[in-house]
Amino acid sequence: MTAFRALLVRDMKLAFLAGGGASLAMSFFALVATLWAFGIGPDVTLLARVAGGVLWVTAMLAALLSLDRLFQADYEDGSLDVIALSPLSLEMAATAKIAAHWLTTGLPLVVLSPLLGLILQLPPPGYVPLVVSLAIGTPALSGIGAIGAALTLSIRRGGLILALIVLPLLSPTLIFGSGAVIDALGGTGRGAFLFLGAFSVAAVALAPFAAAASVRLNLAS
Amino acid sequence: MAVTMTRITVLANPKRFLDYSSALLPWTGGFAFVLLAVGFYWALFATPPDYQQGQSVKIMFVHVPAAWMGIFVYSLIAGASLGGLVFRHPLADVAAKSAAPLGAAFTALALLTGSLWGKPMWGTYWQWGDARLVSELILLFIYLGYIALWNSIDDPNRAAKAAAILSLVGAADVPVIHFSVEWWNTLHQGPSVTRGAIDPAFLWPLAIMALGYTVLFLWLWLLRMRTEIFDRRSRALMLAKGA
Amino acid sequence: MADFFAMGNYAVYVWPAYAATAVVLVVAILSSLRAHAKARENVRRLEMEIGEGDKTT
Repeated sequence: MTAFRALLVRDMKLAFLAGGGASLAMSFFALVATLWAFGIGPDVTLLARVAGGVLWVTAMLAALLSLDRLFQADYEDGSLDVIALSPLSLEMAATAKIAAHWLTTGLPLVVLSPLLGLILQLPPPGYVPLVVSLAIGTPALSGIGAIGAALTLSIRRGGLILALIVLPLLSPTLIFGSGAVIDALGGTGRGAFLFLGAFSVAAVALAPFAAAASVRLNLAS
Repeated sequence: MAVTMTRITVLANPKRFLDYSSALLPWTGGFAFVLLAVGFYWALFATPPDYQQGQSVKIMFVHVPAAWMGIFVYSLIAGASLGGLVFRHPLADVAAKSAAPLGAAFTALALLTGSLWGKPMWGTYWQWGDARLVSELILLFIYLGYIALWNSIDDPNRAAKAAAILSLVGAADVPVIHFSVEWWNTLHQGPSVTRGAIDPAFLWPLAIMALGYTVLFLWLWLLRMRTEIFDRRSRALMLAKGA
Repeated sequence: MADFFAMGNYAVYVWPAYAATAVVLVVAILSSLRAHAKARENVRRLEMEIGEGDKTT
């Protein structure tokens, strides 16, 4: 258990030291949300209707930002070999990394989202669903993102292909997540949170196995 | 099942696969040609107009088989990936790699023809309300990502295993994606989504076209697998020459 | 005959669909055949070269 926590803490520290950690993702999130407002124009009613979807898509992109280095950095400097040889199983190591990614990227986005909702004219009924859906959905972004990160860890500048392989797989999270906000605004209850939660639970439970297998195949050369 | 397993292991040897496949090639190619000739002729010249869709129903005969192939090929890739990862079948990755561009082409064709089929019905070339079409679009992206992954990793063994894992993750996700798209549409009561039950007069030409597409795929798949095996042999020979 | 080409006013949808299908299938067939022939030729050529190399040594 301590090995798990050690890896978790180490990854979080690295995130804060190296990339400014949470602030990078949060800045990107805020910046792109602002760009959306510029792009769509000052039509307040229109912005109000699209705010949920815009924030969800932007959150997905912001979560992607730090994913390509999730395993690659350790792979390049040999730390991944050390982690693989440690008593901690690769599956648990992957879980620790996924948790660290969520804590340093996903969670900050959840916290920032109401503020950006304000900027994008999100109507009052939308705020709680926005925050809750992001809270439930962002772990899936980290989990499935980690699989992509492990698959592409040997590709230099693999960020773009990482996005290409990961984003389609995350369609359900986006659909249910923004659907939850849309439902709240429209008064249509379709169980969005249930499906969102189910997908996230499955993704987080299964992703470490796929990510560990991907790490193994890259280390075994 | 036991016979199939022996056959598959028999085909594990590349040389034997080349021998078997060269015997199969003319038959599959010929059969595909016959089926498609009959199918196209029947579809274009011998089917009645639909009472609702008129002559635009004829697009069904090129859209449905293409859509079916897109999904069928992806399941083949997932199956081959499983065979490679779990059973270590030596030709599994060749099979998966060779099938992917064909599957992507069929899916793209399904999207194109589906859009043309829908325009007279929906009034627009793209209908977000058609869950099957939207799922096919996401499937196309999944294919493109899969092919890109194969091409981005230098080491062919790593690429094979990585692609295999990706295809299995995708295979697990695709049903969920389809469900989520259908759920997404429950809000949007657009024009009628289902194209209705198929008139028996259309069933035979549709079946022949579907079979024709399948046999055509098999023929092209064999060709592409052989190409891949030849290329590997060439690379090995080049290395031997250099030494 | 003109009726057939008009496809009951749906010609602008039906014919491009069939044309696109024909193009994609033909391109797939030709490119697969060509790549196959080239790859097989490559192997034959290399095997012959190596065969001759063995003879001279």
